[in-house]
Amino acid sequence: MTEPIIRAQAVEKFYLQPDGDRIEVIAPVDLDVEPGKIIALLGPSGCGKSTLLRILTGLSKPSSGEVLWHGQPITRRNAGVSIVFQSFALFPWLTVLDNVEAPLEARGVAALERHKRALRILDTVGLDGFESAYPKELSGGMKQRVGFARALVVEPEVLFMDEPFSALDVLTAESLRNELLELWLGKKMPTKAIFIVTHNIEEAVLLADRVIVLARNPAWVRADFPVELAHPRDRKSPRFVELVDYIYKIMTQPQLAAAVPSATAQKPVRQKYQMIPHARVGGIAGLLELLEDRDGKEYLHRLAEVLIMDAEDLLPIIEAAVLLGLATLKEGDVQITAEGARFAEADILTRKILFRQAALKHVVILQQIDSILHAKTDHSISQEFFYDILDEHFSQDEVERQFDTAMNWGRYAEIFDYDRELHRLVLAEPVGEPHPPNTTPVPS
Amino acid sequence: MKRPQRIAFRPLVRIWSVLPRPSAAGLPDFIMAFAGVALFYGIVEVGRNWLGPFRPQVAISRSLGALPVYAGYSLLRIALAYILSLLFAVTYGYVAAYRPRAERFMIPLLDVLQSIPVLSFLPGVMLAMAALFPGRQLGVEMGAVLLIFTGQVWNMAFSFYASLKSIPREMREAASIYRFNWWQRFMQIELPFATIGLVWNSMMSVAGAWFFLMACEQFGDFRLPGLGSYLQAAADNGDTRSILLGIVTMVIVIVLIDQFVWRPVIAWAEKFKMEQVESSSAPTSWVLSLLQRSRGVALFRKRAIRPLREQVVHYFGRRDQVRAESGTDNQALLWGFRMAGIFVLAAITYAVVRVVMILTGLRGSELHQIGVGLFATFLRVNLTLLLGALWTIPVGVAIGFNPRLARVAQPLAQIAASVPATALFPVVLLVLIRLGGGLGVGSIVLLLLGTQWYILFNVIAGAMAIPTDLKEAASVFGIHGWERWRKLILPGIFPFLVTGLVTASGGAWNASIVAEYFHFRGQTYSTVGVGSMISAATDAKNFNLLLASTIALAAVVVTTNRLLWRRLYRLAEMRYKLES
Repeated sequence: MTEPIIRAQAVEKFYLQPDGDRIEVIAPVDLDVEPGKIIALLGPSGCGKSTLLRILTGLSKPSSGEVLWHGQPITRRNAGVSIVFQSFALFPWLTVLDNVEAPLEARGVAALERHKRALRILDTVGLDGFESAYPKELSGGMKQRVGFARALVVEPEVLFMDEPFSALDVLTAESLRNELLELWLGKKMPTKAIFIVTHNIEEAVLLADRVIVLARNPAWVRADFPVELAHPRDRKSPRFVELVDYIYKIMTQPQLAAAVPSATAQKPVRQKYQMIPHARVGGIAGLLELLEDRDGKEYLHRLAEVLIMDAEDLLPIIEAAVLLGLATLKEGDVQITAEGARFAEADILTRKILFRQAALKHVVILQQIDSILHAKTDHSISQEFFYDILDEHFSQDEVERQFDTAMNWGRYAEIFDYDRELHRLVLAEPVGEPHPPNTTPVPS
Repeated sequence: MKRPQRIAFRPLVRIWSVLPRPSAAGLPDFIMAFAGVALFYGIVEVGRNWLGPFRPQVAISRSLGALPVYAGYSLLRIALAYILSLLFAVTYGYVAAYRPRAERFMIPLLDVLQSIPVLSFLPGVMLAMAALFPGRQLGVEMGAVLLIFTGQVWNMAFSFYASLKSIPREMREAASIYRFNWWQRFMQIELPFATIGLVWNSMMSVAGAWFFLMACEQFGDFRLPGLGSYLQAAADNGDTRSILLGIVTMVIVIVLIDQFVWRPVIAWAEKFKMEQVESSSAPTSWVLSLLQRSRGVALFRKRAIRPLREQVVHYFGRRDQVRAESGTDNQALLWGFRMAGIFVLAAITYAVVRVVMILTGLRGSELHQIGVGLFATFLRVNLTLLLGALWTIPVGVAIGFNPRLARVAQPLAQIAASVPATALFPVVLLVLIRLGGGLGVGSIVLLLLGTQWYILFNVIAGAMAIPTDLKEAASVFGIHGWERWRKLILPGIFPFLVTGLVTASGGAWNASIVAEYFHFRGQTYSTVGVGSMISAATDAKNFNLLLASTIALAAVVVTTNRLLWRRLYRLAEMRYKLES
C-alpha cells in the first residue's frame, strides 16, 4: 500500500453552544488521500462535505483530531494543494493572465518565469488567446477553465474541487469533465491526486476511482468503496447503472449502512430531534402526482432522470413524502401510500386537510406548535420560542432552514398563520370544521 | 445607520462628455508638465501663508483676480480633509472588520458619531486649534480641515467596513489557499471590493464638505480666506456683481471637480463591479480616456509603478514567510492595539468626568434656556422637513414619472444642489433683510435651502424605481387621483422618502448652528434656538454653556435617530421595499 499524501485522523467539527452543549457537524472521520486516485466525496446538501474538504486542505481547523501532510501536521505553507471553487472565485478586476499569475506572485516567482508558466498552463486548459480578457467577458465554462488554470499553475500535489461543475449547464459540465479526465489520464498535469466534492451521483461514478458517501447530521462516512471501471466509462453499461443505483440506495436508506463494510463508520447514538427535509409542499405534491401517474411506483434514479433533478434536489422531497407517510422507500423504489394516493387525487381544499392530518401526525415541531398555540389564551407565540427549541439541536443555518420549512408546511396546512412583521405565530382558522386535535376523521 | 444614499448622480453637464477629443497624444503630457509647475508654485504660496502669523479678521479682497486664489484655498482644505478621511476610514474599517472584539464597540460608535451634527463642534474646535498653534495661521486652517474631516469620514469608514464584511467566503479562501500575502490581499481583494462603495461615499462626503467649509470660512473671528468668506464679504457690502461672480466660481469649481476627479474615478472603478456579465452602459470619462492614452503615464506605469509593485509584493511575501517560520504572530502590533485602546478609554473617562463637572456647575436658568432652545430648533427643523416634503414630493414624482422632464430638470437641480447652502446664507440674508423679514423666517428659509435637495433627489429616484407594471396595473383597475397616491405612489417612494428625510434631518440640525445666529454688516441677527445658543455662547466665551448646549443638541439628534428614523427605516425595508 502506498503512503497517503494526506491523512486525516479522527477529525471532528462541532460548535459549542453557550450552555456548553456541542452541535456536531462532522463526527470523527478517518480519511486517507492516496496518490494516483480520483476520490469523490458524495453527500446530501448541508451534510458537511465542503467543511470536510476545507479541513483536509488546511483551510479550516478541525475541532479535534489531526490532518497530516506527508506525515507532518498540515499548515497553509506546507500543503501543496489547490482548490477549484464552485463559484470560480476569480478576481473580476484582474485579467485572465493576472488571475493565473497571482498565486505564483504570492510564492515569489519572478515576473518573467511567472508569465511563462501562466501562458503554458492557459494553453493546456484551452484558453489560448484569452489572456487579456476579464472574467466577466467569459462564459461560465471558460471561467471555470481559468479556475482550473489558476489551480494547476502552482503544480499542486492534490487538486481539490468543491462542486466544480454544479454552477455550469449540463453540456458545458460534461465537456469540462471529459477534458479534466483527459488531462489526468494523459498525465498532462503534475497532480498526484484529485479530491472532488459533489452531490451528483453520476458525476462521482463517472470520474472517481474511489467514492466516499457521507451521511448527515452529523457527517459520518456511510460508505467508501472503489470504482474499478475502465475509462472512458459508459453511462449505459450495466455496472455503471448498478453502481449509481447502489449509491442512491445507501443515500436514502440509513439501515443499509450496516451492510456496507466500513471500518471508519461509527454512528453517534445520541437521541436526536426530528429533522425535517427541506422540501416545499408544491414539490411534494408534484412528486405524488407523478408517482400516481406511474401506477404508484418508480425507481429512484428513474425519477431523477424523468424530473432532470440532482439527487440533492430530489432526495429531500422524497424524504419529506416518506416522513409524512405519503410515500415509502424500499430498495431504491419509491412507492406511494394510500394517503399519498388520496392526496394526489384530491382537490385543493381536501389536500390541505389531508396534509394537515399527515403533518400533525408525523412532524414533531408542528405538533409542538399546534399544542402550544391551543394551550395559550391569546393563541399566539413568538417565533423566538421555536428558534430556542431548534437551537439546541441544529447549527445556526440549519435552524433557519428548519424553521422556514416548518413555516411553509404549517401555513399550507393552516395550522397557524405567521406574522412576518411581529415574528409571531398565530393560530389559524382551519378550513373545514373547528380544530379537532390530531384525530380528524378522514373526510370523504 | 446611514446607508449609501439613493441619490441618482448624473453627469452635471452633458456637454462635457461630448467634448472633442484631442488626437495629439502628446497633449496630456504637456498639460501634466504645466500642472507640475503650477503645483510647485501653489505649495510655496500656501506654505508662506499658513506658516505666517495669525491674522484675526482676514481682510477679504473682492477683486476678480483674488477669486481663483480663494477658490484654490477652499479646494486645498477640502482635499487635505478628504485625504485624511480616506486614510482614517480605511484604517477604522479594517480594524473593525478584522478584530471582533474591537468591532463590538467600533460599529455602534460609528453610528453615534455619524448622527452628531458636526457644525455644533465648529466653535469649540476652532477655539481649541487656535490655542494649539498660538500666533500661527496654521492652527485655524487645521481647525477647518479637522472639522471637515469629522463631517465626511464616518460614512466612508462604514462603507469600507461593510465592503470588507461582504467579501465572498470563497474569494477569501482562494486568497488563503494560494498563499496571498497581506499586501496582495489588500490590493487584490479588499481594496477592489471596497472601491465602488468608497467612491460613491466619497462623492457624498465631499459634497457635504463644501457645506461645512463655507461655514468654517465665514466663522466669526476665525474667518479664513476662501470662497465662503468672499461671498460673505460680497453680501456684507451688498455687492451684487461679486456675489454673482462668487457663485459662478463655486459652480465652476464643482463642475471641474466632477469632470476631473469623480467622472474618471467612477469610470475607472467600473472594473471593480462584481458582475458576472458585462453591462451595456458603462460610465465613461473623457479625462480618463485621455490619461489612458497618454504615453507619459504609460511609461511611468511601466518603468516606475510596476517594478515598485513587484518589490512591495516580494517584501510582504518574505515577511510572511519569516513570520511563518519563526512562528511569532505580530506581538508588537497587538500590544500597539491594546495600548491604543487603553489610551482611548482613559481619554474618554477623563472627558466624561470633566463634562459632568462642568454640567453640574450650570445654573438652572441656563438649563431652562437650553430646553427652550432645543424645543424651538426641534420645531424649526421638522417644519423645514414638512415644507420641503410638501413641495418636493409632487415635483419629484412629476420629474420621476416623466423621463423627458427628468432629462432637463435633473441636471439643473443637481447644479442648484451642488452650491452649498452655507455659501448662500449671507446672500439670502441680504435679500431677506431688504424685504424686511427677520431671522425667524429667515432661518427656516436657510434650513430649507440646505436640505430640500436630499428629499427631492430621493423622491425622483423613488418615483423612477416604481415598476411600469405597477403603474399600468393601477390604471387598468381604474385607480386614479388620491387613490393612486395612496395605493401606488406614496408606498412606492416611501423607502426613498425616508432616506431623503433622514439625510435632510441631519443636515437641518447641522445647519441650525449657522442659520439661527448670524453676524452681518456689523450687526448680530439671531432667533431662539439651540443653534443660536451655541454660537452666542462662543461669542460670549461662555464655555460651560457652549459645551452643555452642544452635548444636548447631539443627544437630541442621536435620540431622534434611534427612536424615529431608524424605525421608519426598518418599516420601509420590511414592508415597502420593491424587490427587484
